[in-house]
Amino acid sequence: MFELLGVPPQVLLGQLLLGLINGSFYAVLSLGLAVIFGLLNIINFAHGALYMAGAFVAWMLLHYLGIGYWPALFLAPLIVGAFGIVLERTMLSRLYHLDHLYGLLLTFGLALIIQGLFRNYYGISGLPYQIPDLLSGGHNLGFMFLPNYRAWVVAASVLVCFGTWFMIEKTRLGAYLRAATENPVLVGAFGVNVPLMIMLTYGFGVALAGFAGVLAAPIYSVNPTMGEQLIIVVFAVVVIGGMGSIMGAIVTGYMLGIIEGLTRVFYPEGSAVVIFVIMAIVLMIKPEGLFGRPA
Amino acid sequence: MIRKLAICSAALAAMTGSSALAQDISVKLGVLNDRSGIYADLSGEGSVVAARMAVEDFKAADKGMKVEIISADHQNKPDIGSNIARQWYDVDGVNAILDVPTSSVALAVADITNEKNGVLIDSGAGSTSLTREQCRPTTVHWTYDTAALATGTGAAMTKAGGKKWFFLTADYAFGHSLEENTARVVKDNGGEVVGQVNVPFPAQDFSSFLLQAQGSGADVIGLANAGGDTVNAIKQASEFGITQAGQKMAALLFFVTDVHALGAQTAQGLSLTEAFYWDQNDDTRTWSKRFMDIHGAQPTMVQAGVYSGTMAYLAAVEAVGSADDGKAVVAKMKEMEFNDPLFGTVTVRGDGRAIHDMYLFEVKSPDQSEGEWDLYNQISSITGEEAFLPMLDECDFTKQ
Repeated sequence: MFELLGVPPQVLLGQLLLGLINGSFYAVLSLGLAVIFGLLNIINFAHGALYMAGAFVAWMLLHYLGIGYWPALFLAPLIVGAFGIVLERTMLSRLYHLDHLYGLLLTFGLALIIQGLFRNYYGISGLPYQIPDLLSGGHNLGFMFLPNYRAWVVAASVLVCFGTWFMIEKTRLGAYLRAATENPVLVGAFGVNVPLMIMLTYGFGVALAGFAGVLAAPIYSVNPTMGEQLIIVVFAVVVIGGMGSIMGAIVTGYMLGIIEGLTRVFYPEGSAVVIFVIMAIVLMIKPEGLFGRPA
Repeated sequence: MIRKLAICSAALAAMTGSSALAQDISVKLGVLNDRSGIYADLSGEGSVVAARMAVEDFKAADKGMKVEIISADHQNKPDIGSNIARQWYDVDGVNAILDVPTSSVALAVADITNEKNGVLIDSGAGSTSLTREQCRPTTVHWTYDTAALATGTGAAMTKAGGKKWFFLTADYAFGHSLEENTARVVKDNGGEVVGQVNVPFPAQDFSSFLLQAQGSGADVIGLANAGGDTVNAIKQASEFGITQAGQKMAALLFFVTDVHALGAQTAQGLSLTEAFYWDQNDDTRTWSKRFMDIHGAQPTMVQAGVYSGTMAYLAAVEAVGSADDGKAVVAKMKEMEFNDPLFGTVTVRGDGRAIHDMYLFEVKSPDQSEGEWDLYNQISSITGEEAFLPMLDECDFTKQ
C-alpha cells in the first residue's frame, strides 16, 4: 500500500505524528470553543485573540518579571481566564437574551481590538520565546526526529482534553452545568447560582485558549496575528465535530490535524483548504456535525 | 513667443545662479507603505522617520527648499495604494512617492506615477519587474530586489559547498519569483535543485515541509518566503534538529527586524543578504543611534533606503531647480553620483535601478552577540554590478 502511494512508510509515519501534534492545538482550542458554545450559546470569535494573548502573557511574564515557562503554563491561563471573566461580566452577559448574532459580532469586534492593541504596542514581527531547557532536544524515533517539546504538547493536550471531558460529562459539577444550559430557571430554583456558573465556564473556556497560547509560544513566533490564522480552522473543526459537542471537538481536532498532515505530503498546495473541503462534505451529509445531536 | 520667453528666463536663471532659484522650490513627498500589516515593522512609521531625517540632513530649509512630508497606509492592497497615489498627485500636489513595499502595490503606483509625471523612489518592494519588464522613466528602485538577494545568498552558499538545494516556496507570485531567481544562480554556480514544495501562504506549521526537505538530502534549504513565514520555518528547523544535523538554512528575504524577532539563539549561523546594517561603520552607527532614539528600534535596510533615496532625490531636484517635472528629475538622478553615510556611493542606471554594494551577513551566535540588536557578522560585500541583473535594452529611456 505504501509503495502504491509513492511515499516511503517512515515519511508517512512522520507526517502522521506531526498531524497528531497539530491536532493537539486544534483539539484544545476547539474544546474551549465547544464548552463556551455548548453551555453559554455564545460563538466566541475572540478565541483566537485570547489564544494569542496567552502566548503574549507568557512572554511578558518572562520578559518583565523573569517568570519562566512552567509557572507561566499555569499563570498565563489564569490571567487570560480572569480577563475573559471581566469581558463576560461587563459585556457578554448583557447579550444572553438576544440573538446569537450579537454575541458573534461583539466577540469579533473584541478580537480585532485585542489584536490591534498588541500590534500597536509590540509590532508585527513577533517576539522570541525559547523552548524550556528541560524539554529542548529530542529523540530519534527511526522514522523521524521527535522534538521533546512536541511530545510534551501532545501529552499536555491529551491530559487537558480528557480532564475537561471528564469534568463536564462525569462529575456532579458538570451535571449542573449541563442542566443549567437546558433550563437555567429550574436549576436556579434548586439553589444553584447559574450566573456564577456561566461566568466561570466562560472564564474556563478562555483559559483553555490561553493555555494553548502558552503551549504554542515556544514553537511559533509570539505574534499578534497567530490567532487570526488559526481561528478559522478551529471553527471549522468545531462545526465538523458538531457545535457544542465536547467529544466531537476533541476527536475531530486530532483527526483533522492528521488529515492535514497527510495532505501536506500528497498535495501540499491543498493543505490549507482540506479542512474546509471536509467541512463542506460533512455538512452536506450530516448537517449537525459528526458528533452533534440533530436539532 | 512662449518658447522664447522660456529660453530667456532659463538664460536669466543660469546667470543669477542656482542658489537664488532654489528659493522658490517647494517639494511635497508622500511616504506610502504598510503601516498596520506584516511589513509595518520593516517599513511603516520607521520609513517616515527616515524621510524626515533626510530632509533635515539635506538642510533643505537652508537651501531655500520647502519640503513637506505626508504619509499613508496602503494596507498591501494595490487598489488602495493606487487610489492614494492618484489623490496625492491630483489633489494634494505630491511630487514624489517614497518606499512602497509589496511589489503588486509598487507596480500599480509606478504606472500612475508615470502617467502623472511624478517620481517613485521605491525602497521596500522586491520585484525586479520595476526596472525590467515594467520599467518606467519616472521609477527609481533604490534598495534591493529579488535578483540581488538571490545573487548574494544563493551564489555565496553554493560556492561555500552547498551544492544541493531544496526550496520551501511561499505559494504566490513573490515566492515563485524568488525561487526562480535563486535556482538560476545556484545552477550557474555549479549547484543543483533537488526538490521544492509550495507552501500555502501564510502558514504557521512548517514541520511537515521541513521533514520533506530533510529527507531530500539537500545541503541547503532555501526559504523563498518572507516575514512571519520565514521566522516560523527557521524556528522549527532548529527545533527538529535540522540545522544541528548539518543542513543549512538560507533565508532569501530577511530583515534585521525578523532576526531580532527570532533571537540570536535560534537564528545563529543563518546567511542573508542586505543593502545596509546599522553596525557597519561609524557613519551608520551614528545615524542609526539618532534613528533609534526617535523610533525605538534599529533601522532596516528599507528604512535606510528611504533616507538614502530621499537625499538623492532632493539633490536632483535642487540641480534641476524644480520638482514639477518628474521625468526631468529622474533623468537628472541618472546623470548624478550620490554619496551618503548609509549606502556610500550610489549611481542610478538608465532603467532606474540604483546601483550600490550589497553585503552578505551571517547571524552571530548568542555568545558573540553583545546586545539585543548586535546580530550580524559581515562576511563579504558584493559590488552593484555583480548583485543586480543587467539592464534590458528596451529600458534605456535615453534612446527613445
